Amino acid sequence: MLASALAIARDNWLLLLVGQYPNGPLGGIAATLMLSVLGIGLAFPLSVLVALARISRWRALRAPATALVYLVRGVPLLMIIFWVYFLFPLLLGTEVPGFTTMVCTLVLYESAFLSEVVRAGIEALPAGQMDAARALGHSYPQAMRFIILPQAIYNMAPSILSQFVSTIKDTTLGYVINVPELTFAASQINNRLLTKPFEVFLILALTYYVVCFSLTQLATWLERRVARRRAGPALVVVAAPS
Amino acid sequence: MQGFNLFAILLNPGFRAMLLNGLGMTFVVAICSWVLAMTLGLLLLVIRLTPGRIANGAVVAYISYHQNVPTLVQLMLWYFGIASLLPGALQGWLGDHHGEVIFAIIGLGLCQAAYFSEDLRSGLRAVGRGQIEAARALGHSYLGSMRFVLMPQALRNALPALVNHTVSLFKNSSLAMAIGVVELTQAVREVENESFRTFEVYLVATILYLGCSLTIMAMGAVLSQRARLAGAR
Repeated sequence: MLASALAIARDNWLLLLVGQYPNGPLGGIAATLMLSVLGIGLAFPLSVLVALARISRWRALRAPATALVYLVRGVPLLMIIFWVYFLFPLLLGTEVPGFTTMVCTLVLYESAFLSEVVRAGIEALPAGQMDAARALGHSYPQAMRFIILPQAIYNMAPSILSQFVSTIKDTTLGYVINVPELTFAASQINNRLLTKPFEVFLILALTYYVVCFSLTQLATWLERRVARRRAGPALVVVAAPS
Repeated sequence: MQGFNLFAILLNPGFRAMLLNGLGMTFVVAICSWVLAMTLGLLLLVIRLTPGRIANGAVVAYISYHQNVPTLVQLMLWYFGIASLLPGALQGWLGDHHGEVIFAIIGLGLCQAAYFSEDLRSGLRAVGRGQIEAARALGHSYLGSMRFVLMPQALRNALPALVNHTVSLFKNSSLAMAIGVVELTQAVREVENESFRTFEVYLVATILYLGCSLTIMAMGAVLSQRARLAGAR
């Protein structure tokens, strides 16, 4: 069984890696990673805005941001994929490729989850940071931009990386609307071979495992580093006088 | 496109029945896999607390696999892969008895057990070391101090994470459609195919999902409120 799994991996590695590219659309791991990077990359600036809106003093900003976060957290990703899949072509009046649909869905979905991470990062900072920044003459936006956000985002880097791993796992759902990515490539191989489903899906699971496990390990390492830096001499000096 | 008409879906007995059956199947899958996940999660925690190195390593590997492989892929491996290795008679029986539902419950349950077990473990770690020492000093056995002193506190610590993961388990039940379970998401697609009222059907389903998720979150909030009162000085 292991031998036939290896044989399948050997015969199909290119399809698993890049899909039918260059003769067709980019697929496989390359597309999975591109979807995740685009999804998280575009979601990040959006998530900072949502987080700022959620901690804003103004209700007009807070209420819609809170509603958006709860809406996205309460509805399955699959549901949101189908919404985007049906609504976007209707709104834009043209056909939207599956890849674009998936990127838009991921941006929407991950920005809601990431905004919670960013918000937690901001709220975990001591209130004195904001007070000191304001006392030194920074305006609220300046204090956010130069004092609060850089610290919050640095402290939250491990959680952001974990969210990236979740995003990689979420891209598999593109399979349902036929987005050419890794899961789709595996099911193509399975449909062609027909007799080796266990081996094909085992290879698929192991491939995801290798990618996500390495990134999870990286996140753990980053977390230790951040914790060390936070407990480092700089903070001790600040804390000493009190 | 037709005009927006929610009642064309809600008042049509056929469509209503399809959606309600789908919702029922979503509940069946979610509740059964929750029970499986919680039982297994506790079992994994117990194994991790015992000193055996091999058993510990196996649990760590189990959790690592289930947290780092996408849930959809796990379901596909169960339904397409592992099912094909079973003896023919069993495959036939599963085919006649909604094997896809059984595999969805197994797949989702085993996956979520990893998360539940980790939640409980970090809840337990947050309980101070003095607690177990005090419980033992007062004459409780190891199991007794676990049952009456440590676990209640660990559960309270773990409650927010457990509620979050219960919501994700409920949401993940929609993935079962990819292996042919006719739960709410699949029912929606079927109603949509027959009625062509895409917008209305998706709206109904989104509200149903959202309502259930918010109910779980609210129940979690009530539970942690009560847990906090019970522990107040």
